[in-house]
Amino acid sequence: MGAYVLRRLLYAIPILIGVNLLTFALFFVVNTPDDMARLQLGAKHVTPEAIERWKVEHGYDKPLLLNVEAKGSAQFTDTIFFRHSAAMFVFEFGKGDDGRDIGNEIKTRMGPSLAIALPVFVIGLLVNITFALLMVFFRSSYLDLWGVVLCVVLMSISGLFYIIAGQYFIAKLWNLLPISGFAGGIDGLRFILLPVLVSVVAGIGSGSRWYRTIFLEEIGKDYVRTARAKGLSEVRVLFRHVLKNGMIPILTGVVVVLPLLFMGSLITESFFGIPGLGSYTIDAIQAQDFAVVRAMVFLGSFLYIIGLILTDISYSWVDPRVRLQ
Amino acid sequence: MARMRSILSGSLLLGMGLAFLAGCSDSWNNPYPGSDPEANALYSAFSARPKHLDPARSYSSNEVEFTGQIYEPPLQYHFLKRPYTLIPLTAERVPKPRYVDAAGHALPDAAPAAQIAESVYEVRIRPGIRYQPHPAFAQDEAGRYRYHALTAADIARQTRIGDFGHTGTRELVAADYVYQIKRLANPRLSSPIFGLMSEHIVGLKELGAALEQAAKDTPGVVLNLDDYPLAGAEVVDRYSYRLRIKGKYPQFIYWLAMPFFAPVPWEAEAFYAQPGMADRNLTLDWQPVGTGPFYLAENDPNRRMVLKKNPHFHGELYPTEGSDEDRRSGLLVDADKLLPFIDQAVFSLEKETIPYWSKFLQGYYDSSGISSDSFDQAVQFSAGGDPQLTDSMRNQDIHLITAVEASLWYVGFNMLDPVVGGLSGDRQKLRQALSIAFDYDEFISIFLNGRGIPAQGPIPPGLFGYVEGLVGLNPYVYEAHAGQIVRRPIDAAKKLLAEAGYPNGRHVKTGEPLVLYFDTMASGPDAKSRLDWMKKQLDKLNVQLVVRGTDYNRFQDKIRKGNAQLFEWGWNADYPDPENFLFLLYGPNKKVGAGGENAANYDNPEFNRLFERMKDMDNGPARQAIIDQMLEIVRRDAPWIFAYYPKSFGLRHGWVQNVKPNLMANNTLKYRRIDPRLREARREEWNRPVLWPIILLVAALAAVIAPAAIAWRRHERKTA
Repeated sequence: MGAYVLRRLLYAIPILIGVNLLTFALFFVVNTPDDMARLQLGAKHVTPEAIERWKVEHGYDKPLLLNVEAKGSAQFTDTIFFRHSAAMFVFEFGKGDDGRDIGNEIKTRMGPSLAIALPVFVIGLLVNITFALLMVFFRSSYLDLWGVVLCVVLMSISGLFYIIAGQYFIAKLWNLLPISGFAGGIDGLRFILLPVLVSVVAGIGSGSRWYRTIFLEEIGKDYVRTARAKGLSEVRVLFRHVLKNGMIPILTGVVVVLPLLFMGSLITESFFGIPGLGSYTIDAIQAQDFAVVRAMVFLGSFLYIIGLILTDISYSWVDPRVRLQ
Repeated sequence: MARMRSILSGSLLLGMGLAFLAGCSDSWNNPYPGSDPEANALYSAFSARPKHLDPARSYSSNEVEFTGQIYEPPLQYHFLKRPYTLIPLTAERVPKPRYVDAAGHALPDAAPAAQIAESVYEVRIRPGIRYQPHPAFAQDEAGRYRYHALTAADIARQTRIGDFGHTGTRELVAADYVYQIKRLANPRLSSPIFGLMSEHIVGLKELGAALEQAAKDTPGVVLNLDDYPLAGAEVVDRYSYRLRIKGKYPQFIYWLAMPFFAPVPWEAEAFYAQPGMADRNLTLDWQPVGTGPFYLAENDPNRRMVLKKNPHFHGELYPTEGSDEDRRSGLLVDADKLLPFIDQAVFSLEKETIPYWSKFLQGYYDSSGISSDSFDQAVQFSAGGDPQLTDSMRNQDIHLITAVEASLWYVGFNMLDPVVGGLSGDRQKLRQALSIAFDYDEFISIFLNGRGIPAQGPIPPGLFGYVEGLVGLNPYVYEAHAGQIVRRPIDAAKKLLAEAGYPNGRHVKTGEPLVLYFDTMASGPDAKSRLDWMKKQLDKLNVQLVVRGTDYNRFQDKIRKGNAQLFEWGWNADYPDPENFLFLLYGPNKKVGAGGENAANYDNPEFNRLFERMKDMDNGPARQAIIDQMLEIVRRDAPWIFAYYPKSFGLRHGWVQNVKPNLMANNTLKYRRIDPRLREARREEWNRPVLWPIILLVAALAAVIAPAAIAWRRHERKTA
């Protein structure tokens, strides 16, 4: 397995270079270094000299990808792409265009993102699986039918609606929780409850329907009939056998997102005032801060690759037939 | 029995949860846990985290909101007086320039601007002003700075300024002001006003070049600004410094009221320049050091920023002069009292308007703007068109504050464009016709909820040069009717269009329809209705409008290169002088070719000549006469469709006092007074938790679970 993981990590290098290149190309198709300088310097009294000085100071005065005036390897290394990308492979993210250390920001913001994303993930998973198993248990009954209808209704509503409705009813009308904000320690609990509740409810529809489909597929298989024939109760059949055998498709969707929990949620963080990485990314996109955007895309890609590797490893744990070579 | 147990344990958990929340000392929805409810603190919000807090760099309003309270330039605007009046802040008096010719000889005040080689300002600051407590000033018993020679290991232990055990202070001296002016030229700071100031301050451009060269020669090495003299800014003595300005530039005095010209102590730069500091975001750009009434005690711009009263503040007094209206409004109740009134101000990050508005109504923010979403809930218009608060707002003792901003929105014509540009009579008439057709009175009513005033020219109300009432109307677009200013009828526009060579919107010779192109950054559903409205305005003239939506960067690029035909643009005043608006139409300031702020590329030699005379004059009848001539020219030429002067609407709770909109001053926090006890009482009253939804939810869950459980048992029995 060690060799497999190492091989996958080595594969990640060209993927990350590719992702970086793509981000770089997409970003600079719509933003020139001059545009970035203008945005940082403000709309008033900006002279061409000021723009040039800003570019020099921030390392955007070089050619984008190929420096034809340089010689040898400097043709590739004395470029904006190389200067702003190479260090990321050792997780040196450098500074944002506003001069602040990106690594420091990521460290600071990871906690708040996790504070929301982790409970949403765990509670959401438990609720969705339980609800899906219940629907499977009552399959072909009115409970199953109305459960599915409820799921379709829930998944048809925009996520933003849940946020606004949650804030309106729970925080504004009933005064039960703060409408937005964040705090560390035990004080943070009151701020986390509402976004977690809203996010879990918003995810029930799609999550439960998906798991229901997986379990329904399993429940018609021979081993289930055998289990029933052995006289096992339906609960034991569902939780001991169906759930275990349904784990592979569940893991495919679940383990891969585990590392991405660090990245936070863009909309939830913005509406609830959570100072996480999701809002950091949104702010950077709006501010055309390439340094932060590429750092976040790089981190996201890296974590996604880690998630895929973890998924493969988890396959071998839940299904002995899977061997990683 | 087992089911009973689980129900009991569930109820117990719920009860414990409720008890936990109820046990909290404050309201359940209080977003400030652990704070003293009766603290003399002001609560506000910011929607975007500031990028820069270095006075050499910060320019945006959301940055100056903080730097304005921390840093003290030599001058400030009087809080109550209108028109806006400069008064001393740290200076002993407002400096008067003295003029010298090229040979250095003194000139009289009335000397023609052409003879003036330099304007010399001598600023004397008051002794005894001290900086906020800061580790950069901390010294040991031997007088050595404690934190100026830190190792990487020392710095690795510090994450906040508060982590440094010792602080110190020192007296403000004139050298600190000179030091900051030199910082404007530091290429590593990219000050947004360096380009502008290098045109005015003697030697600043040369200093910038020298520092740029030094930065290239010694990358990574801190530039010691004391090694680089600046002829235009010199220390005279401990409390005086002299500024030399090229030629006559009377508007320079207004810059002395901005944080760009606030003092920065060298110790702070030396402290933050140590290796490892920037990696921990410990920089002057992030941790300001000033002499103002407040200092930044907590800087977590991802969540909240807290300003606390500076214990070393020099003790300014609340103004004693104001208008009768100010007296009636209670704005002089605190006259002659020591500032600031509040102990701290807590600013929370609130990106979205809905939570901001809700928290304001719950009493957790002391003041608020009014977004479009909540406008109807807050404001209604009387029969006379005056804005009034709705009953629900009045019942909450909320007060409305309105002010016409020192800003202007306009639709510009690219004067280099072959269809709409140029100064010939037919083009003037074409632009005048379009100016009449765009009914901005209607626009203000539909899209701004009445939050604007139709513009009659480039100078907004409140600035010298603006003429109120019928005398000040733009006769090419408006006319007086029964004592009111009304837009000229569309028939007048059609007539002008025909005279311009486009009868009924078609070219008189070719018969081709007139098609115009409007460049805009606006996009999305909100923008669509606005853009449809614009098309509809020109439909009245049978002229087609093609909207070319684009992103901010491409839009700017088009304007810079003169590739736009019609475009929407705006301007906020830097200072209360008509020059700051009329220079937007000055020919040598054209975007194309000169890279200036004249986005319409308007270049009328007569207007330019008058501008050159007007800009150096003191306010008075002679200046007004020239401005009137300029306004007549620009209204006739119509390089802009003067759209509107925006009107700001704000709300404050009854416990907040001393609020008067001051669109020039950025240091008004020190005047605010609050009644924390009243606030706390209101908060408790408005935020009592409503528990029945929880009970209902539990009941609903039980109602769903019970039949499911019954069905389960039945199913289980069946299988068995």
